[in-house]
Amino acid sequence: MADLYLDILILLDSALRLATPLVLAALAGLYAERSGIVDIGLEGKMLGAAFAAAAAAAVTGSAWMGLLTGVGASIALALLHGWVSIHQRGNQIVSGAAINIIVAGLAPTLANHWFHLNGQTPLLSGDARFQALIWPGVDAIGNLPVIGPLYAEVISGHNVVTYIAILSVPIAAWVLYRTRFGLRLRAAGENPEAVDTAGISVYGLRYRAMIINGVLCGLAGTALSTGLGAAFVRDMSAGRGFLALAAMIFGRWKPVPTLFACLLFGFVDALQGRLQGVELPLIGEIPFQFTIMLPYIFTVIILAGFVGRIAAPRASGIPYSKEG
Amino acid sequence: MTAERRAVALPAWATSGLLPVLNLAAAFAVSGLVVWAIGESPLEALKLLLYGAFGYGEAIGYTFYYATNFIFTGLAVSVAFKCGLFNIGGEGQAMMGGLGLAVVAIGLDGWPPALVLPAAVLGAAIFGAAWAAIPAWLQARRGSHIVITTIMFNFIAASLVSWLLVGVLKAPGSQSPESADFPEAAWLPKIHDLLAGLGIQIEGSPLNLSFLVALACAGLVWFFIERTKWGYEIRVVGGNPGAARFAGIPITRTLVLSMLIAGGLAGLMGLNELMGLQHRLIANFTMGYGFVGIAVAFMGRSHPIGIVLAAILFGALYQGGAELAFEMPTISRDLIIAVQGLVILFAGALEHLFRPQVQALFRRLGALGEAHG
Repeated sequence: MADLYLDILILLDSALRLATPLVLAALAGLYAERSGIVDIGLEGKMLGAAFAAAAAAAVTGSAWMGLLTGVGASIALALLHGWVSIHQRGNQIVSGAAINIIVAGLAPTLANHWFHLNGQTPLLSGDARFQALIWPGVDAIGNLPVIGPLYAEVISGHNVVTYIAILSVPIAAWVLYRTRFGLRLRAAGENPEAVDTAGISVYGLRYRAMIINGVLCGLAGTALSTGLGAAFVRDMSAGRGFLALAAMIFGRWKPVPTLFACLLFGFVDALQGRLQGVELPLIGEIPFQFTIMLPYIFTVIILAGFVGRIAAPRASGIPYSKEG
Repeated sequence: MTAERRAVALPAWATSGLLPVLNLAAAFAVSGLVVWAIGESPLEALKLLLYGAFGYGEAIGYTFYYATNFIFTGLAVSVAFKCGLFNIGGEGQAMMGGLGLAVVAIGLDGWPPALVLPAAVLGAAIFGAAWAAIPAWLQARRGSHIVITTIMFNFIAASLVSWLLVGVLKAPGSQSPESADFPEAAWLPKIHDLLAGLGIQIEGSPLNLSFLVALACAGLVWFFIERTKWGYEIRVVGGNPGAARFAGIPITRTLVLSMLIAGGLAGLMGLNELMGLQHRLIANFTMGYGFVGIAVAFMGRSHPIGIVLAAILFGALYQGGAELAFEMPTISRDLIIAVQGLVILFAGALEHLFRPQVQALFRRLGALGEAHG
């Protein structure tokens, strides 16, 4: 029994770690869509930030410099998508897909140019990576029954970006529902004409949403290459940007439900890692190609079965023009 | 904005010719900056790329060979788009189409080409169509977002095929994830062989019969969309779903139909890659061609002739890029991918970028004309 409990805790621990980039990216998508911009470029921004963060951390030896650079790169990409969507009134899905492809090609090209490691960045160690933060009193509390292992395994021992991700959720809820900026942002995504009539700039609101989007995707990418991993590797985002988007839809464009959707996805991801090479009763060993399919199949089932017909922000994806 | 309100209507050659060319030039200019940043000469690179794509007979053959893939995937995006659906699943549909034709080709070992070829084509189309129909049905009936479902289906198809290729379909004795060779009856003839039969000699290249199949598909798609009742229904559902419902057009059936056709077209991509060149099913043979189809459809303004032209452009970029990467070792395959992304961005999402300037130019020309006339 104690073994099973510990097993579940270890699973929850890796679920939380794997959910970190998802939570950040899903919130990034949420800000964008709430302001009226569809963003399927989460994937590309994460990948770009992962590269920039790993490269800067490798050169400076500081994970924090990596974080700054990663966030900077991601903001630049977010503003590019914003400019295409807002001022150029371009097709937002094409723009997002294009950014994904540009980054998938450009990041390994630059990595090769700078580090000559076949499209990767050097392996990070020590201060160049975000290390696990051990919470105070782990030794004392860790010995308590039930609560002890929970505290030691699940709550303590993540890197700082994971805690930032968890904190971003109540902050997002507060910003969106309790501040004037949030009200206007949501209005820009539902009824931009009304926002415009009130004398508030729809363009300005949407650009600000994209800057927040860039910061969050930057954190997500940084978590990938300097927290979860220890270098930038080609295509390391592996569809997480799209899973985040699905989690946001499953969470009905609301921060707290989105967090739970991401945790669920993180859990499925952790489970698929655990199932690799394990003999299950009756079924036997599941081939790894099937276990890595799990999160994707899960996403399809969730979207088809449990979400149903839900309304996205009404003006999401529609360029705004004063002439209507 | 006021400038646009007094906007002059641009002639068709300007919107579908001049603007895309300007966008393309802008994409190349930004790519040139990247090339320059990694320490190579952009002009030299452009020269190598153009020579690699069009400089000699074999190069042209390769350019059209790659263009064949993009005609299929571009049509796949455009048919769905006519119905208002965004099909990002070309990649997975092509993968499943490849699986379909491989199963038929290997299963019908020993049969004559006259039976195997059509059966394999049908296999490719059916598998691709089925893989596209599920997301379409889920969107129509369950409200799942088709963009996300088709992306998930891409991942699932890739895993499924790679699982089959290390298991059931694995070639005996082979270490790499690929199927056994197709029987020769399932090989599509090369264009240079066909022409040699007619007494015309051209340089050898992988360009094969599927290029003609792709052109035929482009024609058929145009006829279907513009001249048939079902095509009309697809356009109405895509243009105005509310009106379609009032007119009694069955929405779900139309959405699924358009995705069936789209998936079937994407599935046919395997004709070129697998039956034309590789002669076996290999993992990841789709190589991102499905995504490029998005740009091809947008750049070609969802018109078959435009799609064929845009496909040739991307074919040239692929072939020229491969030659360029070979000639300039600092320029890798990755950089060519980034260039493609830039072309997609400028041609697909920034179509209005130069419109105000071009309109201003036409206004000035018009004013000049009036003053003189």
